[in-house]
Amino acid sequence: MDKLCELTLHQAHELLKQRQISSVELTKSVLTRIAEVESKVRACVTISEDTALKDAEEADKYISNGDITPLTGIPTLIKDLMCTKGIRTTCSSKMLENFIPPYDATVIQKLKAQKAVIVGKTNMDEFAMGSSNEHSAFFPTYNPWDVSRVPGGSSGGSVVAVATDEATYALGSDTGGSIRQPAGFCNVVGLKPTYGRVSRFGLVAFASSLDQIGPITKDVTDAALVLNTIAGHDPRDSTSVPCPVPDYTLQLVPELKGLKIGIPREYFVEGMQNEVRKAVELAIKSLEKLGAEVDWEASLPHTKYALAAYYILAPSEASANLARYDGVKYGFSEQNASNVIEAVEKTRQFGFGPEVKRRIMLGTYALSAGYYDAYYLKAQKVRTLIKQEFDQAFENYDALVTPTSPTVAFKLGEKLEDPMQMYLSDVCTLPINIAGVPAISIPAGFAQDLPIGMQIIGKPFNEETILRIAFAYEQTTDWHKRKPKI
Amino acid sequence: MKLSYEQVKHIALLARLGLSEAEVEKFSTQLSNILENFEILQQIDTSNVPPATQVTLLHDVFKEDEISESYPQNEILANAPRQEENCFKVQVILE
Repeated sequence: MDKLCELTLHQAHELLKQRQISSVELTKSVLTRIAEVESKVRACVTISEDTALKDAEEADKYISNGDITPLTGIPTLIKDLMCTKGIRTTCSSKMLENFIPPYDATVIQKLKAQKAVIVGKTNMDEFAMGSSNEHSAFFPTYNPWDVSRVPGGSSGGSVVAVATDEATYALGSDTGGSIRQPAGFCNVVGLKPTYGRVSRFGLVAFASSLDQIGPITKDVTDAALVLNTIAGHDPRDSTSVPCPVPDYTLQLVPELKGLKIGIPREYFVEGMQNEVRKAVELAIKSLEKLGAEVDWEASLPHTKYALAAYYILAPSEASANLARYDGVKYGFSEQNASNVIEAVEKTRQFGFGPEVKRRIMLGTYALSAGYYDAYYLKAQKVRTLIKQEFDQAFENYDALVTPTSPTVAFKLGEKLEDPMQMYLSDVCTLPINIAGVPAISIPAGFAQDLPIGMQIIGKPFNEETILRIAFAYEQTTDWHKRKPKI
Repeated sequence: MKLSYEQVKHIALLARLGLSEAEVEKFSTQLSNILENFEILQQIDTSNVPPATQVTLLHDVFKEDEISESYPQNEILANAPRQEENCFKVQVILE
């Protein structure tokens, strides 16, 4: 048998159920793998080896009593902005470097209820603001396919962990593409559920009307299994929607008859790499062969306004959400100041990194007197138009398919000093958050050994259909089985 | 739209964000560049479009006012940079 850490979630689950392996063996294999590759990729902020092994032993006890569900005993890594009781939750920020949450996020409670094994916390762009993981206050994460390149962000650590078998699956969060863009850059599956599908309770807030937690996995079946666990209404998150959670594995069938798929031409943007365009077009032809009816001339004309709207809305919400970091109740605190206001200013000056400051400034400006109507209100109105446009498109199509990103992974440092160029790397993913609809990125090919992702966008609360399309495509290729040599 | 040095200082004050002189200079250029890219929004006529604050169809979510267990005081204070007599400690506000 291959090394246990290489197993997918559903493979590991079968072997655990048949008692061919134990959770302790599986967890040790993952810990060994972490020891092997972590110095090269730096995906993790915190490894909690002792509690992981204890959790694994406990999971094995449950399994020996016949008490097993799909996540039981399976090691996972969590993006370091979901609160884990007793394990520090840093948001890869100096501000929260020593913050130990007194409670678990709802998604963590749900994993623990299934006796999942939480191995540790993954690196990210500070407070999830970034598209390359270079904005971590601690260290950048490296793309395992080429360590001179970024893994994407902001869930870069979670994605790299799954790509290198440091975890069987991981959780990330996605505000403008933070699960899908790195998933595309690193050849794994990343799903952003519908806004309101997964509880945000205990997720450190970046932009509350856009943030959503989702699975990062080795294949589509695994994404369905993780979503089965984390989806659902939560009274502690009033934006989570009380509609029933289906079994997302039920519609995973290898054909697409009866489905209509639109290809919005605005997503094949200027400046898109030719290899990316070709790979995604080829993948779409496979969807046709699987029985889907494809309309290559679909159109979402407001797409070109999405980037500007997003970079007003998200920083505005962020500037309000991050007002709480004042050095009083928790987190970094600088008290070498002559008065209380100066103490707050210095706390924030030395506690936040450059991208977080940039977005706080941008958001504060967009919300300030005299500019509110021209920026924030305008962006909210454009949001309405973008949302309506998706609603209309979904009257004609069951799903939309686009590239996940216009390019493959870029070099470290390439866009660091030019924020606008960095923002543009999310051009294909952020309209989806504005509309609040679900989307998945799956492996769809390579350009000179660098992965290319395909994005499948669905109707609100219809993750089943995009998972079905992703699954059917996955059965026709081996892209997702390719592993980086590291 | 070019942001002046004074404007950047003013926004930083509103955000209670201390900035070094170098940061003020840098943000003046970078934020101006970003705002320039936002001008594209002025091309769209939104005069009859309502703003969207969120995209769920939920409105006015209520729940029962039930008493439930809260967190112990010591656990909440455990992350406090400074505390005194079971309170968060701040600098003097009124002299």
